[in-house]
Parts: sequence; structure tokens; C-alpha cells
Amino acid sequence: MNQTTKTNLRQQIVPIILGCLAILGEEISREELKSADENTRLFGEKSGIDSIGLVTLLIEVEARISQKLGKNIVIADERAMSLTHSPFRRVGTLADYIIGLIEKP
Amino acid sequence: MSKVGIVTGTSRGLGWALSEHLLEKGWIVAGCSRLAKGPIHKRYRHFQLDIADEPKVIAMIRQVATIQGRIDALVNNAGIASMNSLLLTPTAVAENLMRVNYLGAFVFLRECAKIMVRQRMGRIVNLSTVAVPLSLQGEAAYVASKAALEALTRVASVELKPYGITVNAIGPGPVDTALTRTVPRNKIDALNRRIGRTEMGSTTEVVESIMRFLNDQSGGHTGQVVYLGAV
Repeated sequence: MNQTTKTNLRQQIVPIILGCLAILGEEISREELKSADENTRLFGEKSGIDSIGLVTLLIEVEARISQKLGKNIVIADERAMSLTHSPFRRVGTLADYIIGLIEKP
Repeated sequence: MSKVGIVTGTSRGLGWALSEHLLEKGWIVAGCSRLAKGPIHKRYRHFQLDIADEPKVIAMIRQVATIQGRIDALVNNAGIASMNSLLLTPTAVAENLMRVNYLGAFVFLRECAKIMVRQRMGRIVNLSTVAVPLSLQGEAAYVASKAALEALTRVASVELKPYGITVNAIGPGPVDTALTRTVPRNKIDALNRRIGRTEMGSTTEVVESIMRFLNDQSGGHTGQVVYLGAV
């Protein structure tokens, strides 16, 4: 995958994540999640998202990637619950992780 | 509105009987097996696949969810058995039993649960066996794979409870299906005596037990492994 394709993909994935985050913000009454960006934390105490919220978010993102991009990815990683290494730490790292899954042959 | 159920291993035996029962009750059923064979009904859709083939399983579940809009129930019925002395069991056999009986069910459970989490409702039933609590000799690799499935049932029930999803298991004794027809009659009789039965279990009896867990009103029953016999 060349850099342009990767950039285009990222431009599609980040809004999907932000859309799901806004829905989660509505459900758990965290208004700030509606104006999230790539640096917004998804994990840990500072995020305000508990483990149930994170799982709900990731499932929603996975479903929308499947619907909108036609890619049947599985968001599951052994580092999922690591505060320092989880690919789900922030919106940006999650987007990179998803691009990695789509890139896999 | 018809309920939507996924049943694995529907080409024969219990999976076939359960699918027919659900269809009679008005459900929409998506079934699968390695064979291109399942009940013939306008509300039944068959997927020919190996349940340990993760990409095909994921594609099946997402297709059902997209077309039907929901998945109300999953019954992990597909399974294989193998009788052998522990000391004469090839590693490849033990690995295949774990791959089909545990990993196949794991992927179905994980993927269906994702759909059910979004609905905040779902019923999952896994098929185990009385051979687990009886530590049945000659079935070490099979029992280990079903014990893993029982452990998955219990942990999944705790993790999925906040989303309104129940996860239970049924452990029948010998039932007259293709799985037991290759087992010598004297062994079946001995096993039945150990669980206080005088005759083979029927698919009807197992189907009824599964249906109790699929009931809308059974939300409080989760993490249970129910054996059909005096175990």
C-alpha cells in the first residue's frame, strides 16, 4: 500500500472512529467525546471510558468498517489492555492499527 | 418479527433437529456444516464451511447480521469426537479436536456476541457432554476440548452479562446420532448406567433443554452447565 492510499484510507477511518466516539459520548453522557480528535484518549482513567465503553466503541468501529469499506477486519489484540502498548490508546493509534489490519494480505 | 438464530453443525443429528424445531417456531435460521446439506425451508439458509475457518465464519455471521438486522441466538452444536487411549492419541488428533470443538465455537461466540452487544440482548448455548464431569476414560482429548468450551461458557457469561447476553452450556449423555453410532453398544450402556439412565437420550430432549436457555424470560440463567443425567 503506497503512502497516498494510506493517507486516503486514514481520511476515511478517522471520521468513522470519531462518529462512533460521538455516539458513545451520548450514551455515557461525556459531551467532550463529541468533539474528539486524533489525540483523544480511549483508554485509561483520563479517557473517562471504562472497559465496557471501550469494547462497545471497538465493536461499533469494526461493524462500520465492514459496512462502509467492505473490509471484514477483527479488532482484537493481545496488547488491548496494556496502558502503554495498547493500539487502542488514542484515536490516532487505533486508526493506524486498523490500517495495519487492512494492509495485511 | 421472526427471531434470528445461528446453529452450527446442521447437516445431521442434533443441529438438524434443533434447526427444524426453531423453524417450526417461526425462527429464521442460518446453519452451517462442512457438507452442503441442511434442512430445506424458506427461512433456512445454509453455509458450507469448516467452523475453524475464521474468515469464512466471520463473513457468514456478518452477512446474516446485515441481511436480517440482528442475531438473537447462537447454538454452538458442531463438534467432533474421538475415542482412543490417551497414550495412543496422535497430537494431530488432539489438536484437531481443540480446533473444531473449542476454537470454532470461540470464534462463533466472539463474533455473534459483537452483534448481540450492539443489540444489548442475546442467547448463546454451547454443547458440551457428560463425559467432562465423568472424566470419561478413552476420551481424554475430546473431554479436554469440551472442558475448555465449558470454561469459556462461564467466563463469557460474566463478561457478557452487562450487555444482556446469556451464555450457557448443555451436556447431554449419549444421544442417538452419528457421533455415537460408532461407539460400541456396551460402552454406551455402561455410560448410561453411570448417569442413571436406562436408555439413550433423544434429540427432542436436548432440543427442549436448549430452548429453555433461548427463552426471552431466561435472562437470569447464565454461566450454567446443565448435564442431562445424574452427574
